[in-house]
Amino acid sequence: MAAPENRIFKAVVIGVSTGGVMALKQILTALPADFPIPILVVTHITPTADDGLAQLLNSQCSIRVKEADEEELLAPATVYLAPANYHLLVERRGILVLSVDPPVNFARPSVDVLFESAAEAFGHSLIGIILTGAGHDGSRGLLQIRQAGGLVIVQDPADAEMDSMPRKALELLVPDYLVSLAELPALLCRLTHTTHQVNVI
Amino acid sequence: MREYWKNGWGTMTASELIDLEIKLLMEGIFQVYGYDFREYAEASLRRRMTQWLSGSSFATLSEAQSRLLREPALFENLLRGITVNVSEMFRDPSFFKVLRERVIPHLKTYPFVRIWHAGCSTGEEAYSMAILLREEGMQGRYRIYATDIDAEVIRRAQEGIYPLQELQRFTRNYQQAGGKASFADYYTARYNRAIIDPSLRENLVFATHNLAVDADFGEMHLILCRNVMIYFNPSLKEKVLNLLHSSLTPGGFLCLGAKESLNYRQLASCYNEISPRTQVYRRSYGCP
Repeated sequence: MAAPENRIFKAVVIGVSTGGVMALKQILTALPADFPIPILVVTHITPTADDGLAQLLNSQCSIRVKEADEEELLAPATVYLAPANYHLLVERRGILVLSVDPPVNFARPSVDVLFESAAEAFGHSLIGIILTGAGHDGSRGLLQIRQAGGLVIVQDPADAEMDSMPRKALELLVPDYLVSLAELPALLCRLTHTTHQVNVI
Repeated sequence: MREYWKNGWGTMTASELIDLEIKLLMEGIFQVYGYDFREYAEASLRRRMTQWLSGSSFATLSEAQSRLLREPALFENLLRGITVNVSEMFRDPSFFKVLRERVIPHLKTYPFVRIWHAGCSTGEEAYSMAILLREEGMQGRYRIYATDIDAEVIRRAQEGIYPLQELQRFTRNYQQAGGKASFADYYTARYNRAIIDPSLRENLVFATHNLAVDADFGEMHLILCRNVMIYFNPSLKEKVLNLLHSSLTPGGFLCLGAKESLNYRQLASCYNEISPRTQVYRRSYGCP
């Protein structure tokens, strides 16, 4: 396999739970408006939430942030948040699919469900990231991303507001990168050959 | 020779092979049993198929196929896995509030109304509707048709028995939806189960119906098809929307799930959303 910096990635998937709003804010505000590939995010939110979080992040970030719509075609420079009370999946042609299948790991949306479908859809062209959170959602999915040849990144548990999700992921694999939130935007830009934007907020 | 194999045959990834196996099996199932899953959305179908497979004794879907095509009982087991749907009473309380405040007043202007829950699963939504209509004084003036592809699910819907631990959520939903009574009036608790008040089943007809292959239901005033078409690919969605459209009376209402919309659909011009983001669409009078 080529060095990470020389690989071509088609999408980023992020799984986050407790502490997610602050973590996403820190990462997404530091990404440039022309970030070249789509970013798909599952964060555990209450089932009756509306798209307020997407709107909030969109108003604070240069990169476009929106709630994922059913049957939406992935576009570059866009962050898609899984809607409350739906699983988010992605198909090989880059089309988003929602489902109301039962919760997985007590969660809907579930990180594992997104990661598993993205690993199948994008194989080695995928970057998977596990951030702060309670529980263990996402660790199995991250392993599937690794097994499909994708690149895996885990937030350093010492840096995480809740270290359980990163720790559970580290029990299953050794990530390609173990980073702090502050390091993550620059790493993503390096991996996708974009210029890192200095966080001004 | 090895190079030849590598570049010519045998180069499919494990994931591509699973997609192929699903495709072949769905074709077989359609020809043998008449159930058509060939136009289901790939990602969610694959997830359900691999889950079913991991709970079975088969190593691959190819291995399972031989018996699935010969043993109806095994196929029914798979069918349950593919079409499993979870529901709750008054799911999306704000939607039921819109029904109560914006749709039922229109329905009251008819002497008798017909309502169709297309893809009713185990009946939670249909019973919620019966409660709503009773509280709005429409008793004796409606008939609800609730259909699902799976006969076993319909049997459970008819029973109207739900795990007691679900009732807490149902009650909260009911209250948020603007419920006018005490939700406890609508069920009897026995051990760890709740039985829905049998009188709610009057004028409520449960039946099997397959949206992908069966014919339309005539002259409905209100159709609910929420979070059903999200499992279909675009061409099947268009087909099913046409079926719903031809079952809906002009001026009638079509309700979709919270993340579904008629935008970009061929029939979009025949419908107006009663207000943004309600996913409640009214059929225009001028549309064929």
